[in-house]
Order: sequence, then structure tokens, then C-alpha cells
Amino acid sequence: MSTPAPRLDDLISREYQHGFVSEVESDAIAHGLSEDVIRVISSKKNEPPFMLEWRLAAYRHWLTMREPEWANVHHPPIDFQDIIYYSAPKSQKNGPKSLDEVDPELLRVYEKLGVPLKEREMLAGVAVDAVFDSVSVGTTFKEKLGSMGIVFCSFSEAVQEHPELVQKYLGSVVPYTDNFFAALNSAVFSDGSFCYIPPGVRCPMELSTYFRINAKDTGQFERTLIIADEGAYVSYLEGCTAPMRDENQLHAAVVELVAMERAQIKYSTVQNWYPGDKEGKGGIYNFVTKRGDCRGARSRISWTQVETGSAITWKYPSCILRGDESIGEFYSVALTNNYQQADTGTKMIHIGRNTKSTIVSKGISAGRGQNAYRGLVKVLKSADGARNHSQCDSLLLGDRCGAHTFPYIEVKNSTAQVEHEASTSRIGEDQLFYCRQRGLSAEDAVSMIVSGFCKEVFKELPMEFAVEAQKLLGVSLEGSVG
Amino acid sequence: MMAAVALASQTAPDPVAADFTRIASALPGANVAWLAKLRRQALERFVERGLPTTREEAWKYTNISALAKRPYTLGTKSDVTPVVDVAPFTFADLGAHLVVFVDGRFSPALSRIGALQAGCTLASVADVLAREPERLEAAFATRTGHTIFSDLNAAFARDGLYLHLAAGVTLGEPVHALFVTTRDDVVAHPRNVIVAEAGARAFVIEHHVSAGAASYFTNAVTQIDIGTKASIGHCKLQQEGARAFHIAGVHIAQRRSSRFESQSIALGAALSRADIATAFDDEGCEASLAGLYLVGGRQHVDHHTLVDHAKPNGTSRALYKGVLDDGARGVFNGKIIVRPDAQKTDAHLANHNLLLSKSAEIDTKPELTIDADDVKCSHGATVGQLDETALFYLRSRAIDPATARALLTYAFAHDVVERVPLAPLRTALERTLLARLPQAERLRDIA
Amino acid sequence: MPSNDKQRTSGEPMLVVRDLAVKVDDKQILRGLDLTVNPGEVHAIMGPNGSGKSTLAQVLAGREAFTVTGGEVRYQGHDLLALAPEERAREGVFLAFQYPVEIPGVSNVYLLKAAVNAVRRHRGEQELDAMEFLSLIREKMKLLDMNDQLLFRSVNEGFSGGEKKRNEILQMALLEPALAILDETDSGLDIDALQVVSKGINALRSPERAMVLVTHYQRLLDYVVPDFVHVLAHGRIVKSGGKELALELEARGYGWIEQETARETAQAAK
Repeated sequence: MSTPAPRLDDLISREYQHGFVSEVESDAIAHGLSEDVIRVISSKKNEPPFMLEWRLAAYRHWLTMREPEWANVHHPPIDFQDIIYYSAPKSQKNGPKSLDEVDPELLRVYEKLGVPLKEREMLAGVAVDAVFDSVSVGTTFKEKLGSMGIVFCSFSEAVQEHPELVQKYLGSVVPYTDNFFAALNSAVFSDGSFCYIPPGVRCPMELSTYFRINAKDTGQFERTLIIADEGAYVSYLEGCTAPMRDENQLHAAVVELVAMERAQIKYSTVQNWYPGDKEGKGGIYNFVTKRGDCRGARSRISWTQVETGSAITWKYPSCILRGDESIGEFYSVALTNNYQQADTGTKMIHIGRNTKSTIVSKGISAGRGQNAYRGLVKVLKSADGARNHSQCDSLLLGDRCGAHTFPYIEVKNSTAQVEHEASTSRIGEDQLFYCRQRGLSAEDAVSMIVSGFCKEVFKELPMEFAVEAQKLLGVSLEGSVG
Repeated sequence: MMAAVALASQTAPDPVAADFTRIASALPGANVAWLAKLRRQALERFVERGLPTTREEAWKYTNISALAKRPYTLGTKSDVTPVVDVAPFTFADLGAHLVVFVDGRFSPALSRIGALQAGCTLASVADVLAREPERLEAAFATRTGHTIFSDLNAAFARDGLYLHLAAGVTLGEPVHALFVTTRDDVVAHPRNVIVAEAGARAFVIEHHVSAGAASYFTNAVTQIDIGTKASIGHCKLQQEGARAFHIAGVHIAQRRSSRFESQSIALGAALSRADIATAFDDEGCEASLAGLYLVGGRQHVDHHTLVDHAKPNGTSRALYKGVLDDGARGVFNGKIIVRPDAQKTDAHLANHNLLLSKSAEIDTKPELTIDADDVKCSHGATVGQLDETALFYLRSRAIDPATARALLTYAFAHDVVERVPLAPLRTALERTLLARLPQAERLRDIA
Repeated sequence: MPSNDKQRTSGEPMLVVRDLAVKVDDKQILRGLDLTVNPGEVHAIMGPNGSGKSTLAQVLAGREAFTVTGGEVRYQGHDLLALAPEERAREGVFLAFQYPVEIPGVSNVYLLKAAVNAVRRHRGEQELDAMEFLSLIREKMKLLDMNDQLLFRSVNEGFSGGEKKRNEILQMALLEPALAILDETDSGLDIDALQVVSKGINALRSPERAMVLVTHYQRLLDYVVPDFVHVLAHGRIVKSGGKELALELEARGYGWIEQETARETAQAAK
């Protein structure tokens, strides 16, 4: 189990072991960021020195960087000193005490999604003292996985129990110098998931944050590291549903995947962070760095994402195709409604010979939503016989939304074959009328047509996820047809 | 008299300003108040921003720092016009009005302008500035500043092609505007203005060549204003010498139901960049942009196209093809913008590239920015090799692999050349194309 | 390999395929195919979709996407598989494509002339000049009822299905192959076009020339009557017979042959 997340009261009342004055500690924990705050985070988590050094190096680098402006999204400036970088579990004083206090609209959404009552409480941010059954569930799985040599635990736990693996792989795919938010995450990340599949092992079940009992409050800066050793296979599911809050929150996660020779990692995400309300108030700023390194020959990394939430999404799950004959895949559905903005896509960096990549991106814009695909396919000189096929389709629902496509293609090898196609369409009046004449409501018809549009991506998702994703689309599209 | 204009780096662009101060009073139309003001403002914008670096999105793949290192001089005084034989640069049987500019200045002696029908004005910009500068005020005042180079051009431009067509006039013969550069370290800023009033039609060839192997810098701007139901064809041929820098902007404004057809063929220059941008200012416009870049050695060629669908019912087609050999590098950025009320837009953009050598490189970015829903928009980009099935087909017809490759490469490029509507010009281009292709000698009498 | 050696030993087969095994993308398509074709004979290869008919045709012409994993092919006594596609073409192997390739920007007449002269050079004959070539081609085109216009259009670009197939037969007539392989030449043709194409093929039948017709349906064989019919299934020739076999296939479909083969295989296993 992970170190229990410390509480603010504990921090203040306890004498700090590493010689800090407690005022700094409490001040820092309250708001803002400094080296001292990072030392506190590291010390609270009882981290070995290499972790602290790494965090500090990341922080120092971050100080030299500027927030990127190039993404096709617009938001008021973020005051990075006005963020609490290490929060104890949400104070029960601030959160709703019971479901009665939760916005009924949000509850209705959960109900539609079929989320069990207990989980609804969790998701809505209701402080539940006794965390639901997942402790025992988690333990059962943990034993089974452990017997196969699979390590699946919280990041904090991994730092304590497998420091050599953490030290070896942390930052090896996304170095802290990579970008502004990755640097920030590296400095302050509080927790996340860690997974290691030993050589030749095929993980017998879908691993999911859903089962990750210990992640009570991974905070806004989570970090995930998954390593599939030679010939290993793992399918990992990440579901994100966030409590509804009026204020904008920053979520700057980093996910690193490492696939060794012949290893395969499938990483699926259904992201439904709070998108803000109909007027565009509130919602998560979802600035995430996800990258997979196909380090070994014939390795394969597949990203599948369904992005329906967040006020602003800025993420480009990428593959570095280093190993010969390695394969990178990116399947994405991004839906923006109301005032949501999404700037998402992928990078496929072909380094090894005969590397292959596939990109399927489906963007749906409704209301005043803005949806951008931004992708890079880069074929280096060494990548003889590289192949890429990209398909980016946009569906526009309504005349006040936008769809944008910015594919960058850089080819330095004459044996490469790269194909990119993009199209834009809308739901035709005749399609709608046809469905309605057959008895479907307009909303159901739209939902059905949108599902059809996304089919290529949904078929890449594990079954339960696909069902959930379809429902989510339906919910997210509500009110988008007149 | 030569005025040295060093295009110094961003940090110290003062030499440009200093040169401007020195020569401004000698530029045509220097005594025209509105023009002097526009020139000064353009210079200020240029000095403020300086030359772009690869940190700017529009220049991400094209590094022009080499340009800043050379001292270029503005064109010489017209009384010392060098003797040039322009015959190799003209097209037999085309019957065009030939308007020649040498080192940036109009050469009446080399030009051959035939009889023009009423309502058609064909002259040099310098002449117009001397006699009727007001004819150019609207065009010069238009901020076509697609790149910082448009500002540099606006500050220093002294000559170029002026073509004005009154309403309903169809210019029967094409206009061949030929820009010949002869000397080292010359910088020319040709500014061409083409205005077609309602229903008028014309075809203009903008042709850049060099006589000899000089290293120079051409910074051309062409403004085309196409009136209601008017139609302009524009064929840009860039065949500058191997040591030349060529930067060009073609900026088009289209009125209701107008039509613009463009072919841009880039074969020369050490480094070339063309920005071709059209804006649909009213409903029902059509634009067709075709381009071919075929380069080798260490050549760098960059095309940026933009079709701005600002109004409904517009149609645009863009097809750009690239053939890159040796250590050449190609850059393509095609953009389609559909503004919020531009419903019923039909836009398509395609870019296809062929890399013939291990060290060739292509960076392509087709972009869509769509803010209206009832539209048909698509784009595609490919980088690849010759089609294996087609190669096999030819080989199974007894043709050896090298010839089959040459044939298919020719066919790939010809797809663009065949869009050139004038047969004599097309035939000449086909020959040029053949001469430029590797192993073209295998393709006797194909064209 | 002797190229213009018209005095071949009589009785030497034109084509001998022995135990040919072929893979594409790790998928085994042909699994031990045997076929012998003598000069003057017309063989029809029939079989259900996916049986490997087109693969056989393309492998004989030298398509590189296929990997020969076993067996051999002798053509006029020599190893055919050792030759590049253009060498096979010059030696007299002709493939009429099922889907003739479109080559925009290259005129049809240019391709035809380049092909004819490549073959003539190989045979040590004088290349034809433009006039000689045009008169030769006009003569051949009459046979196929083809429009002159097709000569000056880009290769197969914008041709109708019938025009494409006629163009293939025209190429065959010009190149005068010793072995012609016609891959689904009847597909996509209406009855009029089928008659014209068949007339062209029949005109090219001769005692020196062998033909292999790959087809799914019997209808082409009403017009071009084969000497032998073979049924290809699961990568092997499972049944051979005379022209009446084609009629039987037309009447009964391919199912019975597959069952029969399965029974035989099962018996053999015992």
C-alpha cells in the first residue's frame, strides 16, 4: 500500500525531520511553488535522494521555461503561484458532505453512465471515510499479478519498493526538459501508477486505475510509468472522471511507456474531466504529456483515447519508434461541446527500420466547441521502409463550432511512405430525417450517427470501455441538437 | 551608383534603414506624399520585426540566415541596362506581350508589347508612378503583408508589371512578364499590380530567370485584384540561377463569382519561397492552385498557399507536387480557412511528394481551419515512391526499370504541367521538365 | 536464353510449372501447383475467388510482391523465375492485366512504341521509326475495333473497362508473345466488348503461341475455346479436363470439386 496521503494538520503539527522551519512548510503547502515546497513533497513521501535531486533539477529547469502559447486554445493566464502543489485529501470541510449537496445535474450524468452509487459519491468528491470495496478487490488482483512477477502499484509505493526500476526508467521517455508542463509535473508530481511486466509475461487482465485502490488523491500532477519487458503484453485502462468545481483546475499529468523487444502496450483512456458548464465556467485544464518508447525491435504501442471532458485539452500521446519493425498506433475521438477546446493529436517519430504507424483521429465539434488535431509524423534518415497512414476526420454539429487540422509531416528518408488524409463533414438533414422517420429521437439519431463516425476508434477499446465511451458521447452531446 | 543594402540580422537591421534614407528620394514617385508615407511605414515595420527566424511558425522549415549574411545592392540605374539576350526565355508561338525587367528595372528595348484593345493598360509600375501615381494608390495601400518580405518590398519597390483591365475587357494575348537578373549581389523588389474590373479576363506569366550564374536576391510581390465575375490566370515560373535567393508573395483579392487560376512552377534558385494567398471577399468565388517543385543539388524550395474562404459558396482546389533529388529540401504548407459564415464551401487541398534520393527531405503541412458546418473540405498529403504496380506494368511491357522510373517520375510531375492552359507554354514546360529529370534522355520524344 | 530461336525442338513444352509454392505477406497462396503448356495450346485456369489464379498469373510475369517458396518454372527450357519482369517480356511472356494500370501524363502511343522497340532491340531487330510504328499500330487496332483517339490519351486513364481490356490485347498483338497469360480479361466486359476482345484473342492463336486464360466464369470460353481446362483450388490444380469441364463447372459451381478434393485428401490421409 502507498504511504497514506498526509494531512495538512499533520504536517503543521509534526516536527519536520529534514530541518526545515515549519512555517515555510505550511506556507508552501498552502499555495505556490518553491524548492522548499519540493523538498517537503519529497520528504513527505519519504523518497530516496535521487528522487529529490531529480525533482529539484526539473524545478530549476522549469523556472527557465515559458508557458507554451502555440496550441490552438485560449485561456486566461494560469497563476502558477496560486496552485496548491501538494494537497492532502480534499478537506471534508470544503467538499459536499453527502450526495444531497452535489449538483443534481452531475448526479444525473453519473446515473446515465451507470456509475454505481458508491462510486458516484467518490466521483462527486463526497468525502467517504470507508473507501469502497476496492481494497480487498485490489489485494486479490495484486496477489495474482505478483505471482507472475507483475508489479502494479502506486508510484509512491514503487519508489519505496522498486527504486531501481523507478530510477532506471523515470524520465527516460519524457525527460523533465521536454516541455513546460512535463517539467512542472516532474518537480511536483504527487502520485500515479506504476506497472512493470517482466519478460515473456502476458498480463492476464486489463489493468486499470479503476482497480488502483490506493490512488485516493493523486492530485493534479499524476505520473504513470509502464514498462513492458521483452515479449511482455499489457493492456492498461485509464478512466478519468473529475468532480465538478466552478474554478478552473490544472491537470498536468505525465505518462511514460517503455516497450522492450517484442513487447506490446495498449493504453486506453476515457477522459471525462469536468468540462465546465454551458456558459464555459469552470472545468479542467488538461495539459498532459503522454509518450511511449518502442525501445525494442518489433515492439508495439497503441494509444486509444476518448476525450469528452475538460474545458481545455492539450495532449499528444506519442510513439518513439526506435526499435526496428516497431509499430505505433493512435486512435482518438475528441468531442468538444459548449465552450470546450481540445488540441490533441500525436507524434510518431520513426527511427528504426520498417517502422509503421497508424493514426486515426475523429474530432467532433458541437455548440461553440473548438477541436484541433495537431500531429507530427517524422521519419528520420535511419528509418528505411517506414510507413505511416493518417486519417483525420472532423464532424461539425452546428455552425458556431470549429474544426482544425494541423498535421506536420517531416520526411528525411526516400524509402518512406507517408499518407495523410483529412475530411470534414456534418450530419446531413436527410440522415437525421431518415432516422427520425424510423422513430428515433433527434438526439438518439445524432448519437447513433456520431457513434458510427467513431466506430474505427471504439473498436480499439476494450469492450466495457467502448460501451462507456458510447454512453459518454451521448451525454456529452446533450443539448447540441435543436 | 550602387547603394549597398546589407540585410543584416534581426538585432541590427539599421543598415537597411540607413540605405532607405539614402536612396528613398531617388525612388520613382518619391515626391508623391501618400507613397512616401507608405514606404516609410513599411520600412518601420520591417526594421521593428527584422528577418524571420525558424522560431516563427511560418518559417519553421526555411532558414534564411544565409540571406542576411550577403550584402545586396539595389538595382542599377536604368541608363546602364546590361545587354541581355532574352530569346532563350521566351516561348515560341505564344504571341504574348513581352514585358522585360532587367535587374529590377523595366527594359523598353527588350520588351515587345503589341497593340492593346481599349480598356487595357499595360505598363511598368515606374512609369505609372511617374505619370499617374493615383492609379496605384489603392493597391499599394492594401496591406498584403503576408510576410515581413512584403514590407521590405513595399519600402523599396520601384518597378514591376502594371496591368489594368476595364470592365468586360478580355485580353486576347497572354502577358509574359520576364524578370532577368544579371549581376552578383543585386537585390530586386519587383512589385506587380494586376487589376481586373468586373467581367475582365487575362492570363499573366510571371517568369523569373537569371542570365548567368550570379548570386542575387529577388523579393517579388504580385497583387491581383479580381473583380466581380472576372477571371485571372497566373503562371509563376521560377527558374532563377543556382546561386539565387527568391522570395515571392502573390496576394489575390477575389470579388463575387470571380475566378483565379494559378500554376506555380519552381525549378531554380538556391533558396526559394513563394506565398500564394487568395481571399474570397464575396460569394461564389473559385480558385484553383496548382504547383510543382522539382529541385536537386542542395536546393531549398518552400511554398505556402492560403485560400481564405471568407464568404459562402466558394470553391477551391489546390494540388501541389514535389520531386526532390540529391540533397534538396522541399517545404509545403497549404492552408484552407473557412470563416464562420462561409457555408457551402467546397475546398480540397492535396500535396504529393516524391523523394528520389537518400538525402532529400520534405516537410509538409496541409492545414484546415473550419468554422462553418455546411462545408465539404478535405486535404491529403503523401510522401512516397513511385507506384510499384505501375512500375511492374511497364516492366512487364519490356521496358527497363530505369526508363520505367523516369517515365513515371515524368508522369507524376506532368500532372501539374498539364494544367497550364496555353499549349505553347505547356509544350515548352514539358521540355523543360524532361531536361530536368534524372535519366530524361531515356524519354526521347515523349512530350 | 535463345530469343529469336524459332526452330525450337518440336515437342519441347512452352511452360512447365512444377510444385510451385508462393507466399504473399506470410500467407501461402500456391501450394504445389503443376502445369504444362505446349506451343499452340490454350489452357483455361478456373477456380473460385481466392484460389490463387491471379497470383499464378502475376508470378509468371515476375511480380516482386510474391515470394516463391518452392518449386520451379521452366519457360522454353529455361528458368523463368531467374528473370526480371522486363526480361520475361522481351523473351515473349505477356501478361494481360486484370486491372490495367493508369499512368497519367504518359501517352498510350509512347508506351506502346517504347515497349515494341525494347522487344525489337532485344531480338536484334531494327527499331521502328514513328511512321512505321503508326502504320503497324493502325493495322492492329482495326482488329480490335479501337478508336484512334485512345492512342493519344494517357495510358488507360479515363478508359472504360472495355477500352482498357482492348488496350491490353492491342499490346499483346504488338508484342507478339510466345506465351500469353490473360488474367480475368473477361471481367467487367459487356457482351459486345467480350466479343471484340475474344475476336482479338482468337486472331492471335497460332501453332507457335501458347495461351493461359485465367477466368472465373465460363462465358469467355464460349468465344475462346480452350484445349484444356484446369480447376485451381486452395493453391493447387485439383482437376483437369477438356473444354466440357468448364461447362460442368458453370452448371454445378465450384462446391462439388472442393468436396471431392476434400474427400480425396481425407482418403489419402488414411
